[in-house]
This record gives sequence, C-alpha cells and structure tokens, in this order.
Amino acid sequence: MDLQPVIAPPGFRTGGDTSTSTEEYFLNMGPQHPSTHGVLRLVLKLDGESIIEVVPHLGYIHRGLEKVAENQTYVQNIHLSDRVDYLSSHIYNMAYCLTVENALGIGVPERAEYIRVIVCELQRIQSHLLWWGVMGMDLGAITCFLYGFKEREIITDIFEELCGARLTMNYFRPGGSFADVPDSFIPQVKSLIEKMKVALDEYNTLLTGNIIFQKRTKGVGVLTAEDAIQYGCSGPVLRGSGVSYDVRKDDTYSIYDQFDFDVPLGTKGDCFDRYVIRMEEMAQSLKILEQAVAKFPTGPYRSKTSASIKLQPGTYYSQVETGRGLLGIYIVSKGGTKPYRIKYRSPSMSNLHALNHMAQGHKIADLIPIVATMDIVIPDIDR
Amino acid sequence: MQNNIDSSLYPTTNGVGDFVRSMLSAQSAELVNNVLAIIAILMVVALSPVVLIWLERKVAAHFQARLGPMRVGWHGMLQPMADGIKLIFKEVLKPEGADSFIFFLAPILPATASFLVLTVIPFDHHLQVTDLPAGVLYVIAVSGLGVMGVLLAGWSSNNKYSLLGAMRSGAQMISYEISLAFLMLLIVLLSGTASLREIVFSQQGTVMDWWIFKFPVFGFIAFVLFLISSTAELNRGPFDIAEAESELTGGFSTEYSGISFAMFFLAEFVNMFVAAALTTTFFLGGFLSPQFGIAPLDQVLNMVPGFIWFFLKSYVVIFIFMWFRWTFPRPRVDQLMDLEWKILLPLNLLIMITGGIFVGMGWV
Repeated sequence: MDLQPVIAPPGFRTGGDTSTSTEEYFLNMGPQHPSTHGVLRLVLKLDGESIIEVVPHLGYIHRGLEKVAENQTYVQNIHLSDRVDYLSSHIYNMAYCLTVENALGIGVPERAEYIRVIVCELQRIQSHLLWWGVMGMDLGAITCFLYGFKEREIITDIFEELCGARLTMNYFRPGGSFADVPDSFIPQVKSLIEKMKVALDEYNTLLTGNIIFQKRTKGVGVLTAEDAIQYGCSGPVLRGSGVSYDVRKDDTYSIYDQFDFDVPLGTKGDCFDRYVIRMEEMAQSLKILEQAVAKFPTGPYRSKTSASIKLQPGTYYSQVETGRGLLGIYIVSKGGTKPYRIKYRSPSMSNLHALNHMAQGHKIADLIPIVATMDIVIPDIDR
Repeated sequence: MQNNIDSSLYPTTNGVGDFVRSMLSAQSAELVNNVLAIIAILMVVALSPVVLIWLERKVAAHFQARLGPMRVGWHGMLQPMADGIKLIFKEVLKPEGADSFIFFLAPILPATASFLVLTVIPFDHHLQVTDLPAGVLYVIAVSGLGVMGVLLAGWSSNNKYSLLGAMRSGAQMISYEISLAFLMLLIVLLSGTASLREIVFSQQGTVMDWWIFKFPVFGFIAFVLFLISSTAELNRGPFDIAEAESELTGGFSTEYSGISFAMFFLAEFVNMFVAAALTTTFFLGGFLSPQFGIAPLDQVLNMVPGFIWFFLKSYVVIFIFMWFRWTFPRPRVDQLMDLEWKILLPLNLLIMITGGIFVGMGWV
C-alpha cells in the first residue's frame, strides 16, 4: 500500500513537525460526529492522542438568516430569530422584541413582563437540561440523556400549551405576546418547580458526585479570566472563569431587577466549574420562577401597537442573557417596514473562539467535555 | 490440598454421553461425543447473545425510565432475532485501501476466543467438554486471542479512528489481562488446583465456603477487582474506550458493517457471558447450589440441577456488568491505565501475598 503524502489542511497556525520520534497527523472530526451535536467540523492536529491544534470549520448550516431578515417586515422577522438558537427560541424572540420596542419607544404591561420572565427562565432550564443530558451522554453515561429529557419534556409540554410550538416558539410580539397564558399555566409551572427540585438532587447524585466524571472534568480545558475576556466569551464560560457578568444583573432588562437571584461563579475556569455553574443556574432560575409565580399579576398581556411597525431611521441595539451567554441584536433602519440590516451577536460564536486555547495539550477524549461545557448550538454559530 | 470429590454424588458422565457409549464402540463413541459437545458449545455461543441482547436492552431501558423493545414478540423477546436478520442482510462494505484478508479475518477471532474458553467451563459436574489439569492457564492463554481481533480490525481498516480505537484497546486489554491473570492465580493458590472443575469442588460446603467469603475480606476485594478487570477486558462501558462512540465514533469497528460487525457484536456478548461464567466458577461456587446450613432448605436447594444454579449466578454477574455500563461515565484512556498500574496491580500483589500467608498458615 502506498503511503500518501500528508497535506496539511488550511487554517493551522502551529508549525510543522520538529521532533523525529513521532509523526503528527490530522483528524477530521465532524461535520458528522456523535459529539459535535450538529454539523460542526473540527480539524485536529494530533500527536498520538494529544491535541496540538484545533481548527473549527464553520458554515455547514449557514442559512443566511441575517440576509433573509432584510426582506421581511419587523413582525415577520420574529419567527426567524428563534431559528438561530433553537434551544433559546423564547429568549431570542424576546431580545428581538426588546430591540423593536426600544426603537418604537413603547412599553410592556406588567403581566406581559412577568410572562416573559417566567417563559424565558423556563427556556433557560429547558436548554440546560438538554445540555446536562447530552454532556452525560458524551462522557459515556448514556442514562443521563434520558433523565434530562424527562423533565425537559414537561417544560416543552407547557410551551406547547402556551403557544402551540415545542421548539420554534414565535410567541412574543413587540409590546407583549400574541396571546395570554392559559389558565393552567401557573399551576403547571408550580408543579414543575417542585419536580425540578427533586430532579436536580437526582442529577447531582447521578453525575456530579461521580468520581470518574470529576476526574474527566476537573483541571480540563482551563480558561483564565483574562483569556475569557479577551476571546469575548460570555455566559457560563465567562462566569466559570470567575468573571461576574450576567446581563440580567449587570445590564438589567425587562423586570429582572425585581427578583432576588445569585450569579454563580467558578474559580478555576475548568470544565467542572462550567458544569457546576450551569447546574446552579438551574436552581437560580427556579428561584426566579418561584418569585414570579407568587407575584403573577392580572391585567393586559400586550400593549397597543400599530398594525404595521415602522422604525425611524437609526440604529438600535439590545442585549439579553441566553442559556449560552450574551446575545445582542443590532438593527439598522432606514425607515419603512423592513430593516436595512440585522446583526446577531450570538454567544456560541464568540465562545467557540476559545476552543483551541482550551483544548491545546489535552487528549482527544478531553475535547469532548470541553466542547460539551461550551454548550454550543451550531445554527447559533453559522446563522 | 486435596479435595475428596464423591464420584457417586458428582458423576463425570451424563445421560447423552452414556447413551452414545452404550450404542457405539469406544472409539466412535468418543468421536460422536466430542462432536455433540462442540455442537452444544456452539449452541451456547449462538444463543447466549440472543438472550443477552434482549436483557441488555431491557435492563438499559428500565435504568433509563423507559420500556425498551415492546413490539416484536412478548415484551420484545424477538427483537434480537430482528436485529440479527437486519445485520445479516446488510451489505458488507470494505473501505478503500483496507487489507482484505486481515479485514475479514479480524471479526472471527474474538468469537473464536470466547468459544475456546467455553470448552473448559464446568456448566455442571457432568457438563464440561474437557477438564484440563491446567485449565486456568488455558483460559489465560486463549482469552488473549480476543485482543488480536480488535487490534487487527483497527489496523486493517485504514481509518484513523479505527487505529486509535485499536491502539487504545490493545493497551487496555493487555494491561487488564495481567490483573485478571493474577486474580485467577490467586484462586489457584488458594484452592491448590488449576483445574476449573476442582476449583469448583474446593468451594463445597455452605455459601461461606465460596472463595468470595472463604478468604475473609480479601476474597470480596478480589471479587470486586475481578469484576472491574473483566469489564475492562470486555471493552464494555464504562471502560469502552476502544469504541467510545462519542470520541472515536465507533472505534475499531467504525468501518465494519453487516455480518462482520455482527461478529464483533456477538463476540462482545459471548465474552460477557464467559467473563460472568469465570467469575461464577472462581468466586461463587460454580454449579454448586447455595447451602445455608439449614437442613430442610438446603435439601430443597439441592434438588435444583447444578447447571441452573450456574446460569443463575452467571446472570446475576451479568446484571452487575450491565449496571456498571448504564450508570458510570467513561474514564479517559490514561486514567484507565493509571487505575490498572497504580491501583489494581499493587492491590492484586498485596492480595496474592496475603493469600500466600493464609495458605501457608493453613487458615483457608
């Protein structure tokens, strides 16, 4: 069998092989791979099982959502925003609606604000539950996957009753939401809070305390606070490195300033810290939900807006905290019913930049918890 | 140490063999009996995966709060058949640049290894193909063949994932074989014999005379070590780093399809049964019925044939293997090596020394 000459794929910054005892080789991980969760393609430069460099190749699910948005009206664009990060669709809808409301200068009734906070926190828990299950599965504990989905299903059912959709919601509108919550909504959320508290203990017993799991994640993929800021990370990846920045606290929007909740912080910035932070975030979201459900007011669910939304020429920006980090939506308007340009500052894209830095020098097997704790959603990267 | 085996209570011949001997001349009877024995072992090799695949799917499902296969037959009993038929009728693909001879030879080796080990396992006092005086050595030697299949498969596939998986499993299985061999030798040391049949008879008496309890505390530690090493040797979760589907897609079997893949799959399950059978033989009294020192109860338990006890004990061990797999995450490859060389092996040596002292002092 003839040996083929090794042709280095593009994108690598490290130089050629200098040692004589080993031979570097390239491994293509993805776009079809069980643990890249979607069509992320990572090209690895390896020395045996050790990673020398990781180069992510993007664009396999690029749909041109930002370009499509230029040809749709402001209301039509809501349903495009939830297709960017399908696990945070309510939060994306909310970010988009916040930007438009900001531009129109309209407010939102109190009940609508409560609906938004409850729904967004449910969405955050739902997103973290999926991440938890998938992270367990990536590390070989397949049972976690089904346990995570068990509680996630309850939340999905609540959403289905709320707006008819289970994944791409399209529920919020500028000024509120398109419909009031059903009568069963608050009792369902209450029963979910009780179930989730039991379930979180169960999850910690099953995975967090496991010695193999801790060995796999502690000290792996360390990201220092300075590096995290320089790479533009946000969300649990940033907070895992010990930087306290949560948009809900530090640049508060909606009515998050009325709730009492903590921002969990890590110390070492390794995979285990990021894992613990997400687990703790679920508990904190439950805390917000409890307060919101107790104070849930009556009243209108949507303020009056004109049937056709037209923005004054100018640029508008608002940012929210999704399950993955800071999401900014930037709209450029030149007047009229359609935006001139929309830009999503998506958290997964920014977090992915730190991948090579975190993975260098580790084993292939370590790449799995590193990718898993970044919790990337591929359409959120490619858009 | 000599064991007084009552040959009237535990005859070495069985009804079928006696019938053949009564019908034919001595030479041809031996030939016919050997052929029958091989057919019987083949049946075990062919049928135990069918039971085990169903069991694995059901156990996994119930651990994961779901039902598992329910449609094909009663509670999905025929699901393994459906899986098997699907695999047989799938196209067998060979990747470009693969070494044909080795590529198709590799899947046969693991199944062969487990088949060969089964020949010395005493399923009952009269159900054993052959009782070698050095049966334990034979088991250690033959079970090494399984590694060859995995290594060759990974090497001949011409795929980097397969190669990584094969190298991992080579390192893993060779390391854990050392532990496994030491634990087998411990039992040889304690029972004073290397024949599997006599190892079983060395555990006669009550439940407390099984090696798991008879060698106080250390016996139980040895049992746990044997389970851990067997799981690693089997390449099963949580030690399935050779397959590690979330890292290496399919590990050594990435490029295999159809019946070649089915052979690996089959070998994995037969190997699991073999490992459980060896655990039963070495630690859980093999085919002996559990005795509790209560005369009426013991008599009832004695009425159940030995092979039923053997399979019952083996399946309890298999359940433990499955319990491992569906609970724990997978360690990293270097952590797995650390576990063997830094923890299990020193511990094994310690137990061996203790065992030597116990035997020397006549305490067991």
